[in-house]
Amino acid sequence: MMTAETKTTNEAHMDEDGGLTDDTVVSMNLPHLTFRTRNVEVFYGETQALFGIDLDIFRNQVTALIGPSGCGKSTYLRCLNRMNDTIDGCCVTGIIELDGDDVYDKALDPVHLRARVGMVFQKANPFPKSIYDNTAYGPRLHGLADSKADLDDVVEGSLTKAGLWDEVKDRLDAPGTGLSGGQQQRLCIARAIAVEPDVILMDEPCSALDPIATARIEELMDELRENYTIVIVTHSMQQAARVSQRTAFFHLGNLVESGDTEQIFTKPSDQRTQDYITGRFG
Amino acid sequence: MTDRSTKSAKVAASLRRRHAAERRFRLYGMGAVAFALACLGLLFFTVVSKGYTAFQQTYVKLPIYFDAGDIDPKNSGDPKVWAKANYQGMAKKSLRGLFPDVKKRRDKRALYKLASSGAAYELRAIVRENPDLVGTTTDVWVTADDDVDMFIKGYIRGDVAENERRISNKEMAWIEALVADGRLEKRFNTTFFSAGDSREPELAGVWGAAAGSFFTLLVTLALAFPIGVAAAIYLEEFAPKNKLTQVIEININNLAAVPSIVFGLLGLAVFLNFIGMPRSAPLVGGVVLALMTLPTIIIAGRAAIKSVPPSIREAALGLGASRSQVVFHHVLPLAMPGVLTGTIIGMAQALGETAPLLMIGMVAFIVDIPGGFTDPATVLPVQIYLWADSPERAFVERTSAAIMVLLGFLIMMNLTAVWLRKKFERRW
Ligand SMILES: Nc1ncnc2c1ncn2[C@@H]1O[C@H](COP(=O)(O)OP(=O)(O)OP(=O)(O)O)[C@@H](O)[C@H]1O
Ligand SMILES: [Mg+2]
Repeated sequence: MMTAETKTTNEAHMDEDGGLTDDTVVSMNLPHLTFRTRNVEVFYGETQALFGIDLDIFRNQVTALIGPSGCGKSTYLRCLNRMNDTIDGCCVTGIIELDGDDVYDKALDPVHLRARVGMVFQKANPFPKSIYDNTAYGPRLHGLADSKADLDDVVEGSLTKAGLWDEVKDRLDAPGTGLSGGQQQRLCIARAIAVEPDVILMDEPCSALDPIATARIEELMDELRENYTIVIVTHSMQQAARVSQRTAFFHLGNLVESGDTEQIFTKPSDQRTQDYITGRFG
Repeated sequence: MTDRSTKSAKVAASLRRRHAAERRFRLYGMGAVAFALACLGLLFFTVVSKGYTAFQQTYVKLPIYFDAGDIDPKNSGDPKVWAKANYQGMAKKSLRGLFPDVKKRRDKRALYKLASSGAAYELRAIVRENPDLVGTTTDVWVTADDDVDMFIKGYIRGDVAENERRISNKEMAWIEALVADGRLEKRFNTTFFSAGDSREPELAGVWGAAAGSFFTLLVTLALAFPIGVAAAIYLEEFAPKNKLTQVIEININNLAAVPSIVFGLLGLAVFLNFIGMPRSAPLVGGVVLALMTLPTIIIAGRAAIKSVPPSIREAALGLGASRSQVVFHHVLPLAMPGVLTGTIIGMAQALGETAPLLMIGMVAFIVDIPGGFTDPATVLPVQIYLWADSPERAFVERTSAAIMVLLGFLIMMNLTAVWLRKKFERRW
């Protein structure tokens, strides 16, 4: 966990850099900064998985994390909603701020954080409950709906946004585990947005899906971007290029390069990025 | 090409070997199952064939004169006075009336013994229920003595020498006369299912022991289930994985392997001698058995909790559920079938346990049916042990019958486990 000492040194380091630097040249009007991470290091017991990651994530954008397997993309993603807390022996240091609040602050309740930062996992993991209960779980948990009608609205809205409503509206009582893989993943997305988080983290959400379901979810991400901030881990260069506005390239636990997707894919500044996106390694 | 064909021949040759191995293995498996089933079948066969006769009991029909002068000499109408009447005498008088030729005192005493000594209580109960019978002569079925019962059932054979059997020639003649008269009959043995223990086999029943087992297991369940499940949840979901929890885990496994009599000694030392709880009480028995059952429930519970996919936990955590919400909304419901199966296996073990209960005095001869957790009681397996130790021939069949009752309870519990499992099981 983070100590006060590392925090101050990190801040000093950041001031030296002058705060938001080169990788914030996004567009004419500066987007709102959602996540600010500086010098993030993650240790699994003795082994270090991330080395000094400095990355910004902006509101209403899709940020894609790319990089070869084992480079620490999932690890980084799980820092953002403190899912790493659940892993024994995992230790995170550095600054991670959500809208200016320290995410790893002792006073901050991870439960509250996760209500603001939702997550969709690589493998669809619906609860063995009905489709309705799956979607309504988060709102019920946080007491977001005042009445049954309210909850019905939330469920319908979330399933609609996830593009699943038309397929399941006649069988909301059927088990969520009885859906197809792609439908299950969309159910998980609906479940995540039912809580109305600020940010949605997606760890390879399409890795088990066919091209049609993938296209459906990519479309969805584009729609969701209007209201949410999305961070997606993906192994598909095409997907990153299609859906994201910004891209970060990880390699061996280091953040090699991050910036506008277009810039990363057309004229990367680092040779390793160049090699990776052209398929020379990874 | 030749290469290819030799390779394919090799594969074919090895295939034959592999198939043979597979067939052999399947035979071993079937043999093992058949052996297990045969043992089980043999067990059931011996128990049932020895014990089924105990579900019937010989009764004798006696014409009883309910003498008003004897039952209520002062015409008080007071049930207390009625209860004190000499009903044994009435049964004796009736037997004398049936066999008026019997004159010698020794013969008379033998004659009286055809009816059970419990006949008096039966007559008293009849009078209490039907006061109108007082002053009349009525044919009444009363329990026959266990020797008569054994003779009727063929366990005492008439063709052995007289001094080697418990029924003399005279008694045999009386019994035959009664049978010819339609006064001796086997009927369903209600006593066996409604009475407590007795020195007289024909008056002994399993109900007292069953009630004792019930109260004991209730205490065991009430203690072991919540504590065991709570411990399993804590160890699996909350406890940090460090040296201390490792030591705890090893010790729980050790505890599961401790001979049950040790738990009895512990109960004797702590609950009886130190705390001063009552002897022979289901309360103490239940606590001791709960200690014995706890490791089983904890181990089964942990295995069940561990088998819940971590993705479910992550999903709930990712939505902002707290750890206890994750446990109570998702993990525990999904682990329930396993937890319940473990619990019922533990309870079934506890139901069949004798040794620790011997140490805390539940081996006593208890006639009364326990009505609560602190009444002196015994349990079914101890009752079986006590009867198996009794010399009377009639207790042999009762031992087997009690085993059947115990097995019946065990089968019921296991069926409950299967049913619960089905009920709670969810598709993934
Ligand atoms: N629970 C864990 N315990 C120990 N080491 C871990 C754990 N999770 C990840 N690691 C290690 O941390 C490093 C980064 O893993 P991470 O899962 O973040 O990679 P990734 O970039 O998501 O890879 P992939 O694309 O294959 O999902 C790897 O070297 C991995 O071995
Ligand atoms: Mg990953």
